[in-house]
Amino acid sequence: MADVAAVADPILKIDKLSKIYPGGLKALDEVSLEIRRGEIFGLLGPNGAGKTTLIGAVCGMVRPTSGTIHAFGSDLARNWRGLRSRIGLVPQELGFDMFDTVERQVGYSRGLFGCAPDRGRVEEVLRSLSLWDKRGEQIRKLSGGMKRRVLIAKALAHDPDLLFLDEPTAGVDVELRRDMWRQIDTLREQGVTIILTTHYLEEAEEMADRIGVIDKGRVLLVDDKHAMMRRLGRTEARFTLADRMDVLPAYLDPFGLTLDPAGTTLCYRGGDGTGRGKQEVAQIARLLTQQGILFTAIEQRESTLEDIFVDLVENGVAA
Amino acid sequence: MINFRSTWAIYLNELARFRRTIFGSLVGPVLTTSLYFIVFGAAIGGRMTDIGGVEYGAFIVPGLLMLTLLSESTSNASFGIYMPRFTGAIYELLSAPVGVAETLIGFVGAAATKSLILAAVILVTAMLFVDYRIAHPLLALLYIMLVAASFSLLGFILGIWAEGFEKLQLVPLLILTPLTFLGGTFYSIDMLAEPWRTVALFNPIVYLVSGLRWTFYGQADVNILVSFGVTALFLAVCVTIIAVIFRTGWRLRS
Repeated sequence: MADVAAVADPILKIDKLSKIYPGGLKALDEVSLEIRRGEIFGLLGPNGAGKTTLIGAVCGMVRPTSGTIHAFGSDLARNWRGLRSRIGLVPQELGFDMFDTVERQVGYSRGLFGCAPDRGRVEEVLRSLSLWDKRGEQIRKLSGGMKRRVLIAKALAHDPDLLFLDEPTAGVDVELRRDMWRQIDTLREQGVTIILTTHYLEEAEEMADRIGVIDKGRVLLVDDKHAMMRRLGRTEARFTLADRMDVLPAYLDPFGLTLDPAGTTLCYRGGDGTGRGKQEVAQIARLLTQQGILFTAIEQRESTLEDIFVDLVENGVAA
Repeated sequence: MINFRSTWAIYLNELARFRRTIFGSLVGPVLTTSLYFIVFGAAIGGRMTDIGGVEYGAFIVPGLLMLTLLSESTSNASFGIYMPRFTGAIYELLSAPVGVAETLIGFVGAAATKSLILAAVILVTAMLFVDYRIAHPLLALLYIMLVAASFSLLGFILGIWAEGFEKLQLVPLLILTPLTFLGGTFYSIDMLAEPWRTVALFNPIVYLVSGLRWTFYGQADVNILVSFGVTALFLAVCVTIIAVIFRTGWRLRS
């Protein structure tokens, strides 16, 4: 029931949003998108796909050429004052007054978004991001990862209901990245809706409930992560043959196998993410054994979100 | 409806930046003004005759104050808005629930406050060198506030227009300072022969210096109402330009 309500009442509804820059570059091409309340939405796309422009249009840094944006059920262009105070943004670039201290900057962000000063809340945010010990430090003296945490703290200082994370883990080490994932999980538990752009497909696979793929300003696909994996996921298997094979036998035709030029490797690519691929690989193995064709190894892997993403972007496969 | 908390946050944030650089912000202008008083007040001033019954050292006080007010208001405000653009921190201001009113009051108010603090320090410094009085202290304060606000607005426009630190310095160095020097800071334009006296009246700074001098000594080159009118008009023009900038997003929103 909750899901039905969330779909019926999206927290963000973008309708036919376009942005053409003065030079003529079409950064967004009639983008329509609905974000559900409480979800983590992974927005994926190559560099220059339009991800940051889309975020900028919602957050007020980019003036859309056409289209509408509704947040919390209200027109963002008309009621921007009330709505923006409920939206937070962690930008891609590290942009703040480097000579100011961590605590003062976070307090400033809270005030800027119209919230009353609350040292307790600022402390809570800083502690949750392991920044409390650094509160008196000038931001310029912090490491890159810590600076990124300050950006997150600033975005959380006014307790947004909708949070944009534009490449939040870019340039941070693996440990810190996992730490941030935990943070994002905690925010989800607190009911914050999160829109996440990332270059790390693994990150989207790990975190997101739904995925949107955008390229050249157009949304190619929006789907539930698991449904997408089921629908577009593939099984790949490579049989290394003991003896050279000249021609593919006819009994293998139904599986769409390919034989490498050397005639020593049979390649299978199929299935749909439901397990059909694995069954077919087992069937092929049985048939080869029955026909006396020896193989010395089988390498099998399921396609990742990255494979699906590359397929979509390179081959332009639409939903 | 103005968001007062946001306005206050911007204002305090700008003043915090001023506090961090308070030594340089105060010492530089005070030292420069002191040098002017030593050179023009004590060294050369002693050989000058009174101007309109005002001792030369005292005569230059309003002009020097105006010189500092114009340059500091302009550079404080231009730097205030340019730095977030330069560092990328402007994203926060653009994504916050603040409009032109909050931004202007916050940034320009803070820049004007810094200028007022500096003006007070300059006036105290001047007391060490020359004996002067202020005939209309309330009007002087009002006028100083009006000028500080107007040139902070101009600085704000420059800070949005500038695409580099060089451009940021262009108008204060190449336009404001020469016009202030030629605007009657060290002399009365009545001392100029024609046609230069008439030419000088095309310099808007003449009206500002003259207005402030009237509040000090009750006499000036130009009618005080004209001076107030010109300053108020300049303020209105700057506010209009900034309103247009915010409406169109010029240099702020892509």
